[in-house]
Amino acid sequence: MLRNLFRRKRSEADFAAEIRSHLELEADELEREGVTHDEARYQAIRTFGNVREAQERFYLRGRSEWFENLSRDLRYALRQLHKNPSFALTAILVLAFGMGAALTIFAFVDAALIRPLPYAQPSRLVNLFESIPAGPRFHLSWLDYLDWKRRNHVFESVAFYSARSLDFNSGGDFVLDTPEGGERVLGTAVSSGFFRTLGVAPIIGRDFREGEDRSSSSNLVILSYAAWQKRFSSDTHVVGRALSLNGVSTTIIGVLPRSFQFAPTDATDFWVIASSAGCNQMRGCHNAYGIARLRQGASIAAASAEMNNIAAQLEKENPQSNFRRGATVLPLSDVIVGDIRPLLEMLLAGAALLLLIAITNVASLLMVRAEKRRREIALRNALGASTTRLAWQFLTEGLLLASSATAVGLALALLGIRMLKSLIPANRMQAMPYLEHITLNGHMIAAAVALSCVITVVCTLTPMLRLATNNMRDGLADGGRSGTNNVWKRFGSNLVAVELATAMVLLVCAGLLGQSFYRLSQVDTGMDIDNLAVLHVMTQPCAREGERPAGCTAPPPASDGDEQENALADEVLATLRALPGTKSAAITTDAPVGDGDGLSPISFPDMPDLGTPEANGRWVSEDYFSTLKAPLLQGRGISVHDDAKSPYVAVVNHSLAKRFFGTKSPIGSRLSFPGGDAVEIVGVIDDIKEGQLDTETRPAFYEPFRQLPNASFFVIVRTSQDVESALPSIVKSLRHLNQNITPSDGETMAERIHDSPSAYMHRASAWVVGCFAWMALLLGVVGLYGVIAYSVSQRTREIGVRMALGAQRSTIHRMVLGEAVRLALTGMAVGIVCSLAAGSLLHGLLFGVSAWDPATLLAVAAMLSVAVLAASFIPARTAALVDPMHALRAE
Amino acid sequence: MTTQKKTDDRVALLQGTLDLLILKTLVMGPCHGQGVARLIQRQSEEVLFVDHGSLYLALQRLEDRKWISAKWGVSENNRKARFYTLTTKGRAQLAEKTSEWERLARAIGLILNNKGPQNEGA
Repeated sequence: MLRNLFRRKRSEADFAAEIRSHLELEADELEREGVTHDEARYQAIRTFGNVREAQERFYLRGRSEWFENLSRDLRYALRQLHKNPSFALTAILVLAFGMGAALTIFAFVDAALIRPLPYAQPSRLVNLFESIPAGPRFHLSWLDYLDWKRRNHVFESVAFYSARSLDFNSGGDFVLDTPEGGERVLGTAVSSGFFRTLGVAPIIGRDFREGEDRSSSSNLVILSYAAWQKRFSSDTHVVGRALSLNGVSTTIIGVLPRSFQFAPTDATDFWVIASSAGCNQMRGCHNAYGIARLRQGASIAAASAEMNNIAAQLEKENPQSNFRRGATVLPLSDVIVGDIRPLLEMLLAGAALLLLIAITNVASLLMVRAEKRRREIALRNALGASTTRLAWQFLTEGLLLASSATAVGLALALLGIRMLKSLIPANRMQAMPYLEHITLNGHMIAAAVALSCVITVVCTLTPMLRLATNNMRDGLADGGRSGTNNVWKRFGSNLVAVELATAMVLLVCAGLLGQSFYRLSQVDTGMDIDNLAVLHVMTQPCAREGERPAGCTAPPPASDGDEQENALADEVLATLRALPGTKSAAITTDAPVGDGDGLSPISFPDMPDLGTPEANGRWVSEDYFSTLKAPLLQGRGISVHDDAKSPYVAVVNHSLAKRFFGTKSPIGSRLSFPGGDAVEIVGVIDDIKEGQLDTETRPAFYEPFRQLPNASFFVIVRTSQDVESALPSIVKSLRHLNQNITPSDGETMAERIHDSPSAYMHRASAWVVGCFAWMALLLGVVGLYGVIAYSVSQRTREIGVRMALGAQRSTIHRMVLGEAVRLALTGMAVGIVCSLAAGSLLHGLLFGVSAWDPATLLAVAAMLSVAVLAASFIPARTAALVDPMHALRAE
Repeated sequence: MTTQKKTDDRVALLQGTLDLLILKTLVMGPCHGQGVARLIQRQSEEVLFVDHGSLYLALQRLEDRKWISAKWGVSENNRKARFYTLTTKGRAQLAEKTSEWERLARAIGLILNNKGPQNEGA
């Protein structure tokens, strides 16, 4: 048909010539039969009829035939679907759900893994870390950065960005002074070449100039687009205005483009210039990471080798601060989406499996229908419809199904995207800005169209294959007498077995992920998490290092920074303890269930050298352990008397005691770490989860906050009544306390755990795969029901004969169930093998459960068996209730 | 089947029939359109009258399907005419369509020749 559209058509003039020739021939013949010349001409024209109309029809023929056929096919297809609305609805919904799931996940995969990072030539960008024996991805110090930058030959440029000093939930780590008081905002300090390395330029104002990061006098900031919009109402004259960040007057020099995002620093709004002042004067001040742009043609491996050489040189030159510090070079994209990649890949695979089931299901539905339509189609064929025309007919029906399913599927996908996004806690979303604006886009539509094509092909080919398997004319010949058709049965049954196997794989994966999530929620955090509130507090002690923050009105007291920090901490604690409903309150430098960072190398002066073990170090106030309700195992906890004037002490956790002291008591031993004197171990506390739930608890030591206070810390409050209702008043009490104290919004410990990256990852994967698995189970069971019910309907006569010959109803019942069970067993056998493979692929995403978990396999097999029996019970009953007389007479 | 369906079938039937008759006529050898029309009329003992416009469109359709091929030539009385020849494909189609038609005709004949009412089971 298409051929005609493109082939050079016979001209109308040629057709007219043929008609003229016809009229002449006809007239000649009439003349021969004895009609006069003129009369013959006249009669020839008259018998021909309307010449003009014939020519018109010829003219329209090529054009209209195609459209006419198409519109006829379309009307016919619509009528077919309308005649059988339950089939149409089932097929469209099944396909739409499959597509919806696949497109939803695809949208995330596209945003995270397919679309390149929004920087110039992103594949040449790398992230730089320092490596230490505890792991490859640790912070970089300013002085190391300067040396790395100076000495390397593999990078076009190297830049520095400060790491977030706080963990994921603690609010911004900068304080912006506003008329309403201090506000926590996200800020990042970067070296002057940071944006140039990424290939991003401000849309207003200028970038940092080379060298501006070396002069400690200039306090400059570049705003994010969002901050410019929100805080400065998109004022184009914003450049040159000053704002107060962390008590320091800072000048705005530029605004970044709207599209700019840099996931490693979350949604940073204030990009300040880094400086060589303060902590950055020390080589051991590890507070940042690096980015770099590889020279054209340089490989990651070459860069890694050279950077490690430089790190080795630095270690030689600075044996103290750079002891065993190497360099790690990773592609920037790995650093940004590396965590989420396995999860997304797994979800994509799951969605693909679900789509496979959906398509298989519809294919088998179509086969059943083709079977029913065999006679109709044979009749159409006999009446002159060519095979091509029939194929077009099927194609039209397939297109209609696929396009309806695509439309509904896209709508479902938009819904699914919104639902999945709502599963991501706000703090995780900040770390994944590339997911924020997922919506319908070109990639998604292209994917939808591609899927729709696949579905159209399947929907067209399936019934055609079915018809090709037996000669079309048999359809008329056998007059619908229903001998069971073996070809169909074998193929259709195989499809159902595939569906059941796929459903099994998804169910097993969902089972494993669900169990992982359950195990994770059962992890012992070492504390009682009910009625605990967690807040981060930033204080600005006046007159620290000669600075004079704007908030300090009174002359700074003649005391050193530590004392001021202690005084502020005491003020915070006193305020919290005075609140009605507070049971106890405590301070720590790192809240539990955080990033598990804050590692210090430790050693034990009284023991043989153990290498350089690392342990989590936390500085906590008295009452910290009792506030968490962490049980003390030996010795004593931190007391209020452990201050700067008393001997330095530490409490270690159970893991540290067990690892380094075995069965001996560590009490009385000394512990030391760089930059501090040896301290005496005075107690052992049961393990508290400092890191993520799915990581092993590291050795940890806790020292008195008063002996090494900090301007920024967490407070933990245990309330006597519901903590959620108490939280706002807790935050308020601190906000109005003092201009120099800025609390974060706070959260409950339960929320903190619920929203932690590991819990979120496990929850999201368990939920999504669980949903897929339930849908797969439903589709698989519906498919099985369809096949069995169809087989029973085809075998009604056979069953009637059997019963007439004396078969018991129970035998018939067993016969039908037997067929279902055979199919199910085949499907499940294949399913188990595939599940084992899928489980081992899933390995990295599991927690506390083995990839080959026999309990899960058994449970899933049992569940599938029940579902299979339920699905085949109704058709089996129908078969057993067949009235033999009726069945035999039916045809 | 619904009533609408029958209308569809009727159109198909007529179309299919004309195609069959044309193919059959061309078995005897190449012929031009006017000759085909005359032959059909004469061989059906003037029962079937072919609408000439439809005939030429049908010829075009068969040509499009490559069941027949066409070439301009000169008739016995020296008139320019477009001659149609049956192709191999057309010959196969003729055989198939003939057997289909015969079956259909027989089936219809069986029904029409059935005398007297019958019980459904008998």
